[in-house]
Amino acid sequence: MGVSKVLTGNYAVANAVKLAKVQVVAAYPITPQTTIVEKIAQFVENGELNAKYIRVESEHSAMAACIGASATGARAFTATSSHGLMYMSEVVWWAGLGKFPMVMAVVTRALAPPWSIWSEHNDVLAHRDCGWIIFFAEDNQEVLDLTIQSFRISEDEKVLQPVMVTLDAFILSHTATPVSIPNQSDVDGYLPPPGSRRLPFILDPANPLTHGNLAYPRNFMEFRYEIERSMGNARRIIVEAGREYGKITGRYYDSLIEPYRCSDADAVLICMGSSAGDAKDAVDILRDEGYNIGAVKLRTIRPFPYEELRDICRNKRIIGVVDRDYSFGFGGIMHGEIKSALSDLHIPVQGFIAGLGGRDIRVEDFIQMGRKLYHIIESGVGEFPPIWINLRREVFR
Amino acid sequence: MSISIRDLPLEEYVLLGNAACPGCPASIGLRMLGKALEGKFILVVPACCTSIIQGPYPKSAIKVPVLNIAFAASAATASGIRAGFEALGKKDVQVVVWAGDGGTADIGIQALSGAAERNENIIYICYDNEAYMNTGIQRSSATPYGAWTTTTWRGKTEFKKNVPLIMAAHRVPYVATASIAYPLDFIAKVRKAAKINGFKYIHLHAPCPTGWRFPSDKTIEVGRLAVLTGMWVLYEIENGVFRLTGVSKSLLDKSKRKPIEDYLKLQGRFSKISDEQIDLLKRHVDELWMEYKHLMESG
Ligand SMILES: Cc1ncc(C[n+]2csc(CCOP(=O)(O)OP(=O)(O)O)c2C)c(N)n1
Ligand code: SF4
Ligand SMILES: [Mg+2]
Repeated sequence: MGVSKVLTGNYAVANAVKLAKVQVVAAYPITPQTTIVEKIAQFVENGELNAKYIRVESEHSAMAACIGASATGARAFTATSSHGLMYMSEVVWWAGLGKFPMVMAVVTRALAPPWSIWSEHNDVLAHRDCGWIIFFAEDNQEVLDLTIQSFRISEDEKVLQPVMVTLDAFILSHTATPVSIPNQSDVDGYLPPPGSRRLPFILDPANPLTHGNLAYPRNFMEFRYEIERSMGNARRIIVEAGREYGKITGRYYDSLIEPYRCSDADAVLICMGSSAGDAKDAVDILRDEGYNIGAVKLRTIRPFPYEELRDICRNKRIIGVVDRDYSFGFGGIMHGEIKSALSDLHIPVQGFIAGLGGRDIRVEDFIQMGRKLYHIIESGVGEFPPIWINLRREVFR
Repeated sequence: MSISIRDLPLEEYVLLGNAACPGCPASIGLRMLGKALEGKFILVVPACCTSIIQGPYPKSAIKVPVLNIAFAASAATASGIRAGFEALGKKDVQVVVWAGDGGTADIGIQALSGAAERNENIIYICYDNEAYMNTGIQRSSATPYGAWTTTTWRGKTEFKKNVPLIMAAHRVPYVATASIAYPLDFIAKVRKAAKINGFKYIHLHAPCPTGWRFPSDKTIEVGRLAVLTGMWVLYEIENGVFRLTGVSKSLLDKSKRKPIEDYLKLQGRFSKISDEQIDLLKRHVDELWMEYKHLMESG
């Protein structure tokens, strides 16, 4: 069953990369991701991880190098955050649209200006649509577990898409908590041997193929549909990978979402990432106060947990969505997505905007949001425009 | 260096029916590259004319594995391919970047410099048609002074960026220039590069009939005149040692060079160049040769 160590989220990623026997790492530092690539560099230099480590001159090159490595069939990994992800963006799309299996850890961080190094989800959500499977981790254990599972999912022949594991800046990346680390031999049995997967496209002079040349409109749409099919398959493969992972660790991940005290609830708060734990604590407190409330954590946002959410939300009286992100002139990004997924169920879906640029989302804040949902039910007014939690309104007077 | 055309494989690696313009220097260069390495390599192609020359999916006119990649990313992608092959224990596969001057001298120079500084074991070839041809003949930093492009209607006001010397400043094991008009010189350099461990950079002059405005049967003639007038110089820098190659060896003495007007007058892109501009261009060429002479002597 492995050993337990006290690890930051970033070191949990590095340990997962080591256990997965990644073969090529190409990375560039950025706060708060830096300690991931520092730790991996140490593993490689100590001989604990037998990988080629390319110390590239930018994130754009980090992702380009991972694409090159993936095209040979090697297991590739990179990590970044915020501005690094945006700088990399062109080739993040290339990796997803070109179906290059790999894993990337993204430490969520707000974009500037003004400069901020704290968590926000807009960096990741700007890459919603580019063919990556996207996980949000709640705690450091999940960070390690999802990173290991991601290699299996990404390299599954029914998927062959890159996978992003995201963890919130500082709250996870730099906070040390006990993490159970599986045995190397168990992980070896769980993942395919590195470099063993059969890609439909692989660089081999004995069998020349061209990847990515011009496609006229009559051929193009099928490339896109193929990715959508992979995403469809991924729903099943993710659950399978999570179940199999449970067999070696006792920690089962068998859904794209994690519901908490939802079955008899009238109201459900939906969130993702590190705040899920506080949401659950708030649910316990509200339940003690007599509120029939539950919480749902989204573990993936791509593929979007459409059926799972609909099943959970079907008989509820109200849903609240907590976004640590914002689309200006629209509202919370996940709020929009979830509302559209539930549209025919005719349930009010209230948006909350919280925690931008790393502002704390405390248990009390979730309690307030829960109570607000009940006010809305009782007053029968439907829903309000997105409510900004702990906004210092006096600034605007 | 003594390669004969008879030693080259008959096999073609750039197939008929590709989408190049008639007289295209890029396809000529690629054809030679294929023969030089006998098809045993991986080609990395950023956005450029060669993205089109390959022809559209589901076919490809290039008979070696091609990984197309974003405009700025070719040197980094090749680094990743090299690392992947090494990790998989396949050490004998050549990885070759084939990029335009825009993808090299401008948008790709950061990744190129990074790969050179890391001394990645790859061959990077820039085919230099001296503008962004794919997008319709816009100036690049490799466009020569005085040349018309669709973003320099009155002629470019800056001089050509000297990328081979920038690469030499990285102290990589091998830097060379070449021209598609001198195939054996180019092939010898590719073959030499293939034997060297570490980063190899070859800058291939590639006169483009479409962009430079000359008839499509004059590609080789224009290429030769570039070298014979001294506007383009054939050399190599091996482990820091500079050496002129081919016909350029005999052109250090200025009186042996043809007047650069012979070169300019064949090309529509220089049709409006003034006498003063030509004088400036001549002075620039003389300065370049002085620099090469100095490099030769400092050895
Ligand atoms: C990031 C990005 N910016 C712009 C373009 C558009 N673009 C495609 S090819 C090209 C010019 C290529 O010029 P060069 O590298 O000299 O190659 P050539 O077309 O001359 O062969 C440009 C500007 C692009 N594909 N990607
Ligand atoms: S524009 Fe020039 S380089 Fe491009 S395909 Fe045509 S001839 Fe070749
Ligand atoms: Mg060009």
